[in-house]
Amino acid sequence: MAGYFTNILSGTKSLLVGLSITQREFFKKPVTLQYPWESLEMTPRYRGHIQLVKDGETGTHKCISCGLCDKGCPSGCITVKGEKQEGVKVKVLVRYDLDFTKCSLCGQCIDNCKPGAIEFSKEYNLASTRKEDFYYDLLKRLKEQK
Amino acid sequence: MDLGINVVEMLIYLVGIIAFAAGNAAYLVWVERKGAAHIQRRTGPKEVGPYGLLQPLADGAKLMSKQLIIPDGVDKPLFMVAPLIAMVPAIMIFVTIPFSDSIIARDINLGLLMIFAFASVNVLALLLGGWASRNKYAVISAARAVSQNVAYEIPMLIIAITIVMVSGSMNLKEIVDFQAGGFWNWNFLPTNGNFLGPITFVLFFICFMAETNRAPFDLGEAESELIAGFHTEYGSMGFGLFFMGEYANIVIGAALTVILFLGGWYCPFGLTDGIWWFLIKMYLLIWTVVLIRWTYPRVTLWSLLNLSWKILIPFSLFNLLASAGLIKILG
Repeated sequence: MAGYFTNILSGTKSLLVGLSITQREFFKKPVTLQYPWESLEMTPRYRGHIQLVKDGETGTHKCISCGLCDKGCPSGCITVKGEKQEGVKVKVLVRYDLDFTKCSLCGQCIDNCKPGAIEFSKEYNLASTRKEDFYYDLLKRLKEQK
Repeated sequence: MDLGINVVEMLIYLVGIIAFAAGNAAYLVWVERKGAAHIQRRTGPKEVGPYGLLQPLADGAKLMSKQLIIPDGVDKPLFMVAPLIAMVPAIMIFVTIPFSDSIIARDINLGLLMIFAFASVNVLALLLGGWASRNKYAVISAARAVSQNVAYEIPMLIIAITIVMVSGSMNLKEIVDFQAGGFWNWNFLPTNGNFLGPITFVLFFICFMAETNRAPFDLGEAESELIAGFHTEYGSMGFGLFFMGEYANIVIGAALTVILFLGGWYCPFGLTDGIWWFLIKMYLLIWTVVLIRWTYPRVTLWSLLNLSWKILIPFSLFNLLASAGLIKILG
């Protein structure tokens, strides 16, 4: 019998405290993100599929078509094509294809790249029912970015 | 000709009551979802209509367009009739609830008794639904619901007797009229002459929460243990009726608390009496019920029965005796 009434009183008090907390929270602003209407900026180290870096000075990519990214890729998902052109010292990049279906985002290509021509994109809204949607033409993508 | 007027009046009240019960059931779900969301700092339904106000209509249309699946091996007649038993008594109870001085479908002398008689039918619906489902979770839930309702109907009735003794009537209108004048005359305050008013009020409120099978007393449908309890096997409007019955019972419980303790349709300051005061008090109580659901975790069956048999029943019995003594001495 000892503690019967104190138990009831302290219990009632804690219940009232709980109610006041929930009522207080009710008037505060929601903290959730309304996803389809608004979205967060991705963190700097997020790894999306790779993309060509846009050079601020020239307004185009920095790729020298050496093909080290292609050779370094363990899954073989990069195809680089460059050709010699009149009056230009280095090979000019004509195609840069990425097969993202096989990519494991290991980052070997980026580590291999001497001129720092590729980077991870911050793209994360990538859902599709078609496999073809994940074959990227990165050169075309760079041009569309302008 | 008198009969003709009566029939028209009856029909108006019937349609009005059903619309009131169904509308409340639909929009209390919205209140519940919005309330829960904002308490948890989310936004809740907001896509269907402004502030998600059309969400209940969309939910209703969805429920009605679904197929009513009757699983193999259920007790078909009982399975079909259980949702009706959940809803019909709830509608019946509204007949005798006085919303204001003039808005009452039938002014019955034993109104309080009738309410408790029909309210106890609700547990039968849970029992039948659970039993007929041929599902072990549903049967466990039905057994829990019955033991819970037996445990909480006793203190609730004892408290009701206390109020009947204080106000000297079982007619709900007379009970409200007894509290006329101002909030100091209401039954839940000791200034009414009954010093145990606040305790009576709190006990009644707890019992009403337990009777309606609301969280934290929703052992009958404890999702984490029993899937959905007695309505596990129900879909479509079978489930819809159970759901509406639950919300109608909340409205009834809040209305009854307002009538018995909070002065019904009377203004707290004795000025503008009317149905609006009844509705304001009722919805404030309903909001408290929603707030309680999203504050407290579900109790165990053991502590639920403990609360009833070890605290509520002794307190309500003591309350009854003390109130009787006070009335004898003071009155």
